[in-house]
Amino acid sequence: MGHIDDPCSHCEEMMQPYLDHILSEEEMREAEHHLDECEWCRKRYRFEESLRVYVRTAVSEPMPAALKEKLAALRIPLN
Amino acid sequence: MAEASSDATRLAAGARDRVRFEEEALALADQVYRVARHLANSKEDAEELVQETYARAFRSWRSYQPGTNLRAWLLRILTNLNIDRGRRQQRTPPMQGLEANDYFLYDRLAETDGGLTDEERVVERLSQDDIVSALSAVPHDFRDVIVLVDIGDFSYQDAAQILDIPIGTVMSRLHRGRRVLKRELAESVAEEGS
Repeated sequence: MGHIDDPCSHCEEMMQPYLDHILSEEEMREAEHHLDECEWCRKRYRFEESLRVYVRTAVSEPMPAALKEKLAALRIPLN
Repeated sequence: MAEASSDATRLAAGARDRVRFEEEALALADQVYRVARHLANSKEDAEELVQETYARAFRSWRSYQPGTNLRAWLLRILTNLNIDRGRRQQRTPPMQGLEANDYFLYDRLAETDGGLTDEERVVERLSQDDIVSALSAVPHDFRDVIVLVDIGDFSYQDAAQILDIPIGTVMSRLHRGRRVLKRELAESVAEEGS
């Protein structure tokens, strides 16, 4: 589990590019093959996926209504 | 007479294009603000920055090329304003040392939770405050790409154009920035646990 040069540490290196869909087809197959067999890595990939969604949701603040009005007021009036 | 009427037609077409541009830009304001909120250092800065961006966009709407990505165009203006106004005051960069590996945060959370195994539940151990303050602790260069790609949903290509950096730099900053973010999150969990 997680030792240097083992398949899990290689899989870890591929996690971000895998989730970003930028691996080559061959690398993708390689990662998926490992994930099919390795629950340890699979959990960590799923965690990363959930984390990304969670971060995006947590930091999303709706725009204040007053700002929306200020922006509309910046429009250039028609002559 | 014919000339005057063609001038009038041209003016009317110009006004119509401008109104359409303004409406399209305003429809994107929510999304622009969401990104601006975390590119800027505070809520107040973000609001001011968005207003300056729209004021500039409405003045220079003719330089926008219809059919291209308007949201990216607005963010490019916003990023430039942010840099011009010196709003990117850097905190002490906490970049010394390595930012651990990509499994680090999960391992940390799972270990402090007595081997909790459900990945989604592990994520829920992080509070919204933890995440907001961890993100603001990520140094700007890294945070900008995380905000654009992971929060603003921009492509690497768009992020590269908005920030005026090569696409390879976007990818490496994103990769490293996400690790820094996870390290910050792990630290906030460790502080709460201590």
